[in-house]
Amino acid sequence: MTERFMLSRRLSRRELLKTSAAGAALGLASASFPISRAFAAALTVGFIYVGPKDDYGYNQAHAEGAATLKAIEGVSVVEEENVPETVDVQKSMESMINLDGASLIFPTSFGYFDPHMLAMCAKFPDVQFRHCGGMWNKDKHPMNAGSYFGYIGLGQYLNGVAAGHATKTKKIGFVAAKPIPQVLLNINSFLLGARSVDPTITCQVIFTGEWSLAVKEAEATNALVDQGADVITCHVDSPKVVVETAAGRGAFICGYHANQSPLAPEKYLTGAEWNWAKVYKMFVDDLVAGKPLPNFTRGGLADGFVKMSPLGPAVSEAARAQFDGTLAEMMKGGFSVIKGPLKNNKGDVVATEGQTFVEAAIELESMDYLVEGVVGSTA
Amino acid sequence: MDATEIGLWGVPLAMLGGAIRVSTPFIFVSLGEAITERSGRINLGLEGTLVFGAMTAYAVAVMTGSPWLGLLAAAAAGLCFGLFHGWICKFRGVNDIAIGIALMLFGSGLAFFFGKPFIQPSAPDLPAIPFGGWSDVPQVQAALSVNVLFLIGAALAVFLWWAFRNTRAGLILRVVGDSSDAARAMGLNPNTVRLLATGLGGALAGIGGAYLSLYYPGSWTEGISSGQGLMAVALVIFARWNPLGCFAAALLFGGAGALGPALQSVGVTQGYYLFYAAPYILTLVIMIATSSPSRSLAGAPGELSITK
Repeated sequence: MTERFMLSRRLSRRELLKTSAAGAALGLASASFPISRAFAAALTVGFIYVGPKDDYGYNQAHAEGAATLKAIEGVSVVEEENVPETVDVQKSMESMINLDGASLIFPTSFGYFDPHMLAMCAKFPDVQFRHCGGMWNKDKHPMNAGSYFGYIGLGQYLNGVAAGHATKTKKIGFVAAKPIPQVLLNINSFLLGARSVDPTITCQVIFTGEWSLAVKEAEATNALVDQGADVITCHVDSPKVVVETAAGRGAFICGYHANQSPLAPEKYLTGAEWNWAKVYKMFVDDLVAGKPLPNFTRGGLADGFVKMSPLGPAVSEAARAQFDGTLAEMMKGGFSVIKGPLKNNKGDVVATEGQTFVEAAIELESMDYLVEGVVGSTA
Repeated sequence: MDATEIGLWGVPLAMLGGAIRVSTPFIFVSLGEAITERSGRINLGLEGTLVFGAMTAYAVAVMTGSPWLGLLAAAAAGLCFGLFHGWICKFRGVNDIAIGIALMLFGSGLAFFFGKPFIQPSAPDLPAIPFGGWSDVPQVQAALSVNVLFLIGAALAVFLWWAFRNTRAGLILRVVGDSSDAARAMGLNPNTVRLLATGLGGALAGIGGAYLSLYYPGSWTEGISSGQGLMAVALVIFARWNPLGCFAAALLFGGAGALGPALQSVGVTQGYYLFYAAPYILTLVIMIATSSPSRSLAGAPGELSITK
């Protein structure tokens, strides 16, 4: 009895193996002749996110951009959330290419670039990969790879202008994840924006060490408010916890990544938001038109890569005027947040008298200092 | 010194506030696990139960507008997870640790699946009781704004400590945990006792999750837990299966966790990664200091698979 049962089970398992082998063969066949090639207009675009795509933050900003592509005829979008920055992301990319026939892939998280996306670029030379935030270099990286990013430091400068008018204690706070160049530029921009209002303002920064650590972010926000900071902003993947905690303690908020004003409408001053819809549409339009995609794409407020949340009810008339004036200045393009004379918070000169770094200056993407007036350390 | 400038006093104050704010999930999960382990089973799945409880509480609070109903739902969901673990583990040859790990992954995955639509909406918070009214310093008031769950957790720790020694139920639990044979000789069914103990442990872990999503940090995201459920299981061993010890260890972890941000906020900005490791270094030091090569862990239930 038992033997017969075992036999039939073994047989059925063999059947199963056979069918799955056939399935795999079919999958291989469709991989070598991607279905999308058969229809000229059909284009599948893959998006990979490191967290949930409705996190009020980094991933939501990308997902909102991806959502606008779905409206374009002949374009289909495949998405995967919560993909860690490990070999998992390689598997996600492979399955998007082999199973969904994706011919353009956007791995959106910083750690996806090297080595994961580069490995896939070598394996699938016909597929285009564009990475958010990475530094594509034509000497080192393949031509089907590329990177795009926005000068969101400009947005943090404008946040700083609003914060500079709102603060009564002359102390503002920043909850940061890791001391990488993009984060440091945001911290510096936030302070320099505030100092364009009042040069005695200081900014306290707390690094949490990770992109998403809800409890630590809440603790950091509480610690900043305890030390007298009355305007808080952040650079973490999901600002929801920081915004709600700060508002609960009565501090003002400047947003980041996406619009968080629904979480604290009274306390929300403004926010620096991504406008990825514009960037993604640009890539897709190029691909549909048969043009080669750019490999190194950057843009700021003037280019529409970055936008500001509408000003909140707590923003004063004086603040509104200076905000609008600075914004108009930035919309001309070529604004420099970092301009001399400027020292870092250890006293070393980072920009001499008359020296300016415009928004597109490549030096800014390797920033390793905090400017004078920021209380904090990069290590 | 005006009211907003508290300077270095911010550090002890933040640690006190942090101990109260951060410790509550540790308290509930570790008390729940203490009950389960005292019955001779280990449930490693409480991390999954915690995350699922956080999601359930938030979702129910969003839908009904009542955080208390959310709390109740989280406890019920935790009870189901615990009972499931307890039921499966009664079968011969089933390893409670392996089932726990499976339930940990299952609970988190299920919570992510059902929790998708609830990341965006805001739920009403559980109420806090302001104990800082005597002080006119806003920071002190904020630190002493204590959530009711913390107080319930503290009372529960004392009650369990008393009940383990002085009640019939406590005695039954300990007998089953120390020797199945003795329990059977007394006419007790060890599987039933363990089923109930694991279920109760799960319910408490669910309440711990509800605190995370409904009070502090007070929102549902998929990264809400950062391992509190797992740490709390370790805390039980650290606390030698003593409920009062669990409470103290949870406070210690909460306070040590607040150290990193608080030091940075007063300008001690170098080496924050080291400060963030403080709770774990502390655990290691205490474990090493209290361990002995010549005897097994004091207070360990005899039937527990990790100490057998």
